[in-house]
Amino acid sequence: MATSTTKALAGEEPPGGPGRTGGEGTARPRGALLHRLDVKGAPYAFVAPFFVVFAAFSFYPLVYTSWISLHDVELATLDVMEWVAFDNYVELWGDSRFWNALQNTLTIGVISTVPQLMMALGLAHLLNYRMRASLFFRVASLVPYATSVAAAALVFTMIFERDFGMINWALGTVGIDPVNWEADKWPAQVAISTIVIWRWTGYNALLYLAAMQAIPADRYEAASLDGASRWQQFTHVTIPGIRSTIVFTIVLSTIGATQLFGEPLIFGQGPNGVTGGADNQYQTLGLLLYEEGWKNYQMGRSATVAWAMFMLLVLVFVVQRLIKRLRSRTS
Amino acid sequence: MGTLGSLRRKAVATAAAVGALTLVVGCSSGDDSATGGGKKDGKTTITMGLYGVMGIKETGLLEQYEKENPDVDIKAEIAGDEQTYYTALQTRLAAGKGLKDIQGIEIGRAKEITETQADKFADFSKTAGTDHFLPWKESQISTEDGKVLGLGTDIGPMAVCYRKDYFEKAGLPTDREEVAKLWAGDWKKYVEVGRTFKKGFKGGDVAYMDAASGLFNAMVYGYPEQYYNDKGELIYDKNPAVKEAWNLAADAAEDGLSAKLRQFQPGWDPGLANGTFATAVCPAWMLSHISEKAGEPNKGKWDVARAPKGANWGGSFLGVVEKSPVKAEAQKLVAWLTAPEQQAHIFKEIGNIPSSRTALDNADVKNAKSAYFSNAPIGQIFGAAAQEIPDKQVLGRKDGTIKDTFSQGLTLIEQQGTARDEAWQTTAERIEKAVG
Repeated sequence: MATSTTKALAGEEPPGGPGRTGGEGTARPRGALLHRLDVKGAPYAFVAPFFVVFAAFSFYPLVYTSWISLHDVELATLDVMEWVAFDNYVELWGDSRFWNALQNTLTIGVISTVPQLMMALGLAHLLNYRMRASLFFRVASLVPYATSVAAAALVFTMIFERDFGMINWALGTVGIDPVNWEADKWPAQVAISTIVIWRWTGYNALLYLAAMQAIPADRYEAASLDGASRWQQFTHVTIPGIRSTIVFTIVLSTIGATQLFGEPLIFGQGPNGVTGGADNQYQTLGLLLYEEGWKNYQMGRSATVAWAMFMLLVLVFVVQRLIKRLRSRTS
Repeated sequence: MGTLGSLRRKAVATAAAVGALTLVVGCSSGDDSATGGGKKDGKTTITMGLYGVMGIKETGLLEQYEKENPDVDIKAEIAGDEQTYYTALQTRLAAGKGLKDIQGIEIGRAKEITETQADKFADFSKTAGTDHFLPWKESQISTEDGKVLGLGTDIGPMAVCYRKDYFEKAGLPTDREEVAKLWAGDWKKYVEVGRTFKKGFKGGDVAYMDAASGLFNAMVYGYPEQYYNDKGELIYDKNPAVKEAWNLAADAAEDGLSAKLRQFQPGWDPGLANGTFATAVCPAWMLSHISEKAGEPNKGKWDVARAPKGANWGGSFLGVVEKSPVKAEAQKLVAWLTAPEQQAHIFKEIGNIPSSRTALDNADVKNAKSAYFSNAPIGQIFGAAAQEIPDKQVLGRKDGTIKDTFSQGLTLIEQQGTARDEAWQTTAERIEKAVG
C-alpha cells in the first residue's frame, strides 16, 4: 500500500501491474489523486480539529501571555500597556516569594506524589486479584477523583481546623496537643498533600490496574512454577510489565503538582488562600500567579510567573530526556 | 451477550458524548456571556451582584419592590466573601462582560472604582430624591468632576460586643454602661481590661478577644487619614495612627489576649458558636453575623457596649453599570433601596446602620433595641458612635488590599510568633508589591 502510493507520488507509471490496467481509462489519474488525498490528506483532516482548537485556546494564549509578560499592565486597564522588556523576569528572579513558592511547589509535590503513586500501585495490585464485587471496588476507588476540588478541599479544611477539627479532636483523645494545621508550615503542606492524595490515588490505581491486566497470565504462571512468592511476582513481573504506565503517571503527577492551585487556595480561605498562608508557608507557583494577577492586579507580573512555570516544565522534560539518553548509552 | 454488551457499551458511549456536549454548550450559554438583564414581553429584568450580608435580599426588600412594580423582575446573586466578589468584578469590568446591572461596592474599593472605573458606572448626581445621605458618605463615591457613582447603603460605626457571662466569671462588671466606662476614651484601656480579664477568668480556655486584627482596624478607622493622605500618596508607614494601632494590637497578641482567629474565616464562626472568646470589636453590620453564627443557645449572653473611640469600619454602596440595558430602571431601584425608609427597615431587621441622615433621625431607628444582645439599645449606641466618625474620611486606591495585608501581618505575630518589627517589615514589602 505504502510503496504503491509513493511510486504514484513520484510519477512512476506502474508497468502494467496486476489489476491496475484496463477499464479505468482517462479517469485513472483523477482516481489516483482522490486516492492519494484520501490516504495522505485524510489523517490531516482528522487531526485538524484538535490543532485548530489548540491554536485558538492554547497556542494563542501562550503567545499572548508572553507578550503581556513583557509589559507593565493592570487587570482593570488591560488596554494600557507599558513596554518593560524583560524587567518582569529579572524582578521575578530576584523575588524571594518566587523561590519560596517554587520550593513549596516542590515539597508539596513530593509529599503528595510519592505516597500517592505508591499507594496507587498497592491498591491496583490488590484490585488485580480475583475477588468478589471487584467492579464495586474499582468504581469506588474512582469516586474521590469525581469529587470537585472545591468540595473536597472545603471538607478537608473543616477536618483540619485548629479548634474544632476532627483530626485535632482525634489527636486530643490520645493525648497529643492540637496541631495548628493552617498556620504552621509543614502541617499545612501535609494537610494539602492529603487532599491531593485522597483525590488522585484511586485514579492512578485504575491506570495501573488497566496496565496490569494487559500482562499475560502465563508470565505469572511461569513465575509461580519457578517458586516466586506473591511479592516476588509483584516486583519481578508486575512492576517491569507496567513500567511505561508508571512513567506516564509520574509525568502526569509532575504536571499536576506544578499547577497545584485549588487545594491550597481553598484550604487557606479568604486572603490567606490567595497568599498561601499569612507567612506564604504553602504558597505554590499557581497561587503566586493568582496573587499577582487577581489580588495585586498586575497582569504583567502574573504572566511572567505563568511563563516561568511553563519553562520549568520544559526544563524538567529536557533533563528527564537527557538522563534517559545517558542511561541508555551507559547500559 | 456479546451483541447485548456491545449495544450497551454503545449506548453508554453515546450518553457520555451527549453529556459532554451538553456540558460544553451549557458553559457557553451561561449567565456570563451578557451584561445584565433586559426587557422582554413588557417585563424588565434587573440583575444584582452583592456580597456578605447587605440586608437587601435578606430582609425581603426585593420582593416588596417586585410587588409594588409588577413589571420588574429582580435577580440578586450574593457572594459570601467580598475579596472573591471584588476580584470577579474587576475581571468582568476589564472584559466588559458578565456584569450585573447593579453591583455592590465595598468602601475599601470605592477609591479604586472612582479613580480607574468611573466611566463604567452610571452617574447618580442628577437622580431625584438622593440628597439625604451623610455628606462624607456621598463624597467617598464621587469623582473629582462631580460624578456620583453609587448610593450608600450602610456605614460601620463601632462598638464592642462582649459576653456578659464571661465578664462575670472574670470578676468584671457586666452592665453595658459600666463596661463602657472601663475603657472609655482610649483603646489602650480596652487592652488593659483584657489583661485583667485574663488574670481573673476562671473556668475554661476563653480568650479575651477574637483577633488582634479587629482591634487594629477599629483603631485605624478612627482617624481621618489611614493608609493614604488626601493627595492620594501612600502614607501608612509614616502615619502615627497606623503605627500606634499596630503596636497596641501587637501588644494584645503577644500577651495572648486573642483567640488567634481570622475574622470571617473558618474557625471564627465555630468560635462564636462555642464561645471561645469574650469580646469582639463590632461594627454595626457585624451584629447580624454574630447573632446568626453564635446562634440561639447564646442569645442573651452577648451585650453591646460603646467603643472607646468612634470609627467607621466598612459600609457599602450600590452602583449601576453604565452599559446596562436597563440603566434607568436599575438606578430607580437603587434610589429606592437606599431611601431612608428602606435603610431604616434593614436596620430594624438586621442592624446595619443607615448612611442616610434622615434615616438616622428616624425615631424607630433611634429607639431600636436588639433582643439577641440582651436588649441593648443599639439605635442609641451606634447612632452616637456614628456622630463620632470623623467628618473627613480619606480613602485610598488599595485600602481593601492594605487592610487585608495588615491583618495577615498581625496573624504572623499571633500565630507564627514572628517579632513585630519583622512582621511590619514583611507587611511593608507586601504592600509595596501590591501597590507598586
